[in-house]
Amino acid sequence: MEIEVILNHKPVTLTAEKDEFLADVLRRHGLLSIRKGCNTACCGLCTVWLEGKPTLSCNILAIRATGKEIITIEGIAEEADEFANILVAEGAEQCGFCSPGFIMTVIAMKKELENPSEAEIVHYLTGNLCRCTGYMGQLRAVKTYLEVK
Amino acid sequence: MKIVGKGIGKIDGMAIATGKPVYTDDLVMANALVIKLLRSPHAFAKIIAIDITKAEKIPGVACILTYKDVPNVRFTVAGQSYPEPSPYDRLILEKIVRYVGDEVAIIAAVDERAAIKAMKLIKVEYEVYEPVLDFETAKGHASVVHPETDLHCNFDIGMKQQLNVTSSQYLEVGNVEEELKACAVVVEDTNYIQAQAHCMMETYRAFSYLDHAGRLVVVSSTQIPFHVRRKLARSLEIPSSKVRVIKPRIGGGFGGKQTVVMEFFTALVTLKTGKPAKLIYDREETFSCSNSRHAMRLKVRIGADTDGYIRAIDIQGLSDTGAYGEHASTVFMVVGQKTLPLYNKTNAVRFMGDVVYTNKMPGGAFRGYGATQGTFGLEAAINKLADKLNMDPTELRLKNLIKAGESSLISQGKLLGSSTLHQCIEKGKELIGWAEKYPKPVVIGNKVRAVGMAVTMQGSGIANIDTASAEVRLNDDGNYTLLIGSTDMGTGSDTILAQMAAEILETDVEKIIVNASDTDVSPYDPGSYASSTTYVTGMAVVKAAEELRQKIIEKGAAFLEVLATEVEFDGKVVRTLTGEKELSLEKLAERMVLGLGKLQLVGNGTYGSPVSPPPYVAGFAEVEVDTDTGKVSLIDYVAVVDCGTVINPNLARIQVEGGIVQGIGMALYEDVRYGEKGKLHTNNFMQYKIPCRKDIGRIRVVFEESFEPTGPFGAKSVGEVVTNTPAPAIVHAVYNAVGVRINRLPITPEKVFLGLQYKK
Repeated sequence: MEIEVILNHKPVTLTAEKDEFLADVLRRHGLLSIRKGCNTACCGLCTVWLEGKPTLSCNILAIRATGKEIITIEGIAEEADEFANILVAEGAEQCGFCSPGFIMTVIAMKKELENPSEAEIVHYLTGNLCRCTGYMGQLRAVKTYLEVK
Repeated sequence: MKIVGKGIGKIDGMAIATGKPVYTDDLVMANALVIKLLRSPHAFAKIIAIDITKAEKIPGVACILTYKDVPNVRFTVAGQSYPEPSPYDRLILEKIVRYVGDEVAIIAAVDERAAIKAMKLIKVEYEVYEPVLDFETAKGHASVVHPETDLHCNFDIGMKQQLNVTSSQYLEVGNVEEELKACAVVVEDTNYIQAQAHCMMETYRAFSYLDHAGRLVVVSSTQIPFHVRRKLARSLEIPSSKVRVIKPRIGGGFGGKQTVVMEFFTALVTLKTGKPAKLIYDREETFSCSNSRHAMRLKVRIGADTDGYIRAIDIQGLSDTGAYGEHASTVFMVVGQKTLPLYNKTNAVRFMGDVVYTNKMPGGAFRGYGATQGTFGLEAAINKLADKLNMDPTELRLKNLIKAGESSLISQGKLLGSSTLHQCIEKGKELIGWAEKYPKPVVIGNKVRAVGMAVTMQGSGIANIDTASAEVRLNDDGNYTLLIGSTDMGTGSDTILAQMAAEILETDVEKIIVNASDTDVSPYDPGSYASSTTYVTGMAVVKAAEELRQKIIEKGAAFLEVLATEVEFDGKVVRTLTGEKELSLEKLAERMVLGLGKLQLVGNGTYGSPVSPPPYVAGFAEVEVDTDTGKVSLIDYVAVVDCGTVINPNLARIQVEGGIVQGIGMALYEDVRYGEKGKLHTNNFMQYKIPCRKDIGRIRVVFEESFEPTGPFGAKSVGEVVTNTPAPAIVHAVYNAVGVRINRLPITPEKVFLGLQYKK
């Protein structure tokens, strides 16, 4: 079946099976930043914005995105680079496999929360797992990015 | 130093952080067949009959392979230098299946749907055997996990197949029993370490195809391309010259990818069909059908005199290698090897015990590689000894730990080249506030806070075995290409090796093109494991860069028509010492490649070390225990690290923080549970909890640099050692808080709560 969506600011028709998840459809569409790390909605690697909200694309059927706006990291390259530069300067991307999903959540947080406390930052990002960094470097990068002192 | 010691970002950082297509699955060609594996539902069984006729008829199915279709050559999947000390106890597919999840059939189809549909139509008839599930009763069990007659060991590792003993080891210096009898104080402690899962974010995956010359190319998320090539050649009975293995960017490894988990399956399908094929393990397969840390039981006895000098250490271990013996003997050996040298005032030490086969997922290499288990066993006992001696555990350690220039009973006379471990302890005490917080816990209502500590060592590469080569080439445009075979798995090793080359060639990292991990192109390297890349490959890079530097000077001098001793090279220009004549690097490069020189300048370096210098960590934990529920919260963790010279402080810091958190996971959260019939129940992130951001408290990392005389710029390793201290330090802190000594990881609320009840 065909699904009309606004994908990275452009109207796009996606082809999907009825039981296919959004993550798989987006990857097939060439958006290779989308990764799956768990199949149980635990890891946050597949995070995209659906109608502006961070959403686990591996856990939502593609058909549910019909008519909606989807943003992946490819669609916000400039903003993503701004934070990625800070993250990389900190060394906190390590293997990088979880970074796109993490960056999507961080940028969403910046838009959503005003002057978040450290506890609020940690809470907002807690659905994004990372096995390499131990999170501390990511927190340093996020704080620099938000200019929270 | 201009570049070594600088915390520059990784050369691949922006690409991997922003989701560019640089990982295995991003590079698969569109027409690749998709592979699924039919797995055994039984822990131990024999395939009586297997019927694939219905499955083969599913449209889109390209091939279905069973044990009848694979070469009858046993091999080991352990990523180790040849001849491997792991038993050759595997076939690609076998009639006997040895754990729930063991492979039964390979299904390749045009898409995943067809492959799954076909998989469901394969009929298998099993004769089910009584499985060996408890490693403490595996030895001499009525069921023999490996009854085959063609199992082969390259070395005598103490294999006793009929008894399910994979390896049996005994190392004693002095007479431990006699020495223990003579000691004023003796403690005994038995601890259990679980089969921790690596949980790298990128699950196991590979694809393969035939290239323009008909050679097999395997692109894999691996730490060991050269070992993969050798093992594919052996197991598939094809010449090694017909195999190329490429590692692209990979999403973490932690040792899991030091085992050839699944490349055989894609390679076999490509060879049988001539078509590209890919296989991606999902998270459940990664949890239950790959490898894990070896679960162990360690009984440790320590004897000390009345002054608090440790005179005897005895470690008796039992290790569970699961269904196959990859890394079985070596991980176990490291338990003793990386613990016994720590306390060197001893008169006698012993390490002994068995590794046993069971019908569970195999153990493998996991960051720490036995040192993690050994550290937990030993340090728990050391803390118990301090308690019994009524001595501050930090003082006990300061009194007994080895120092630079000293030797230990098992060091074979070799002197320790570098250590700041004593300073690490002093620094850690200061940062955690040891003087105020130890030993008295702080009680506020139902919450009790206390501190605990542990120390550890690891190695840097495998002495006298693993040897790496590197090549640096001066290109026609005056840039360099650094060729290495080590495998950056996110650690940043490609970057720090470029930093080392840049330091010697006095150039910028941007001028060095790094090409790594392709068996057709790269100089040989065993791969990134055993904490070897910074130290072993690093030394190879240093030698290669130095050789090239010397050639630049010699050729530059020749063009300037003076002696090599009459010029200097500053990275940009070769100039006579008098300053009269000079030649730019670009001009020299151009002349060498294109014009008069007719010899492209290349520096080569090969390095294997006769020693494996230990890095050290002193770890300090502060915990808060809820006495109503038994829940332990980690408040603060301080790790003070001696990894020699820090090549890149930012990347090293992240390595430490990540290793600490993996250790915290092992200490507090990562429970491994099997069902009665041998199925792994903790096979996803719902059941198996790795630490999230809220679970780790605060982590502080400080480097106490030493200078390792045999290392590149004085560096030692850092990747593995950092995961060893959290478990014993946190167990210690919990004990100091509420008097409950946890002997079985992880420290779940239930165990602490039950301990508290028992105390009452």
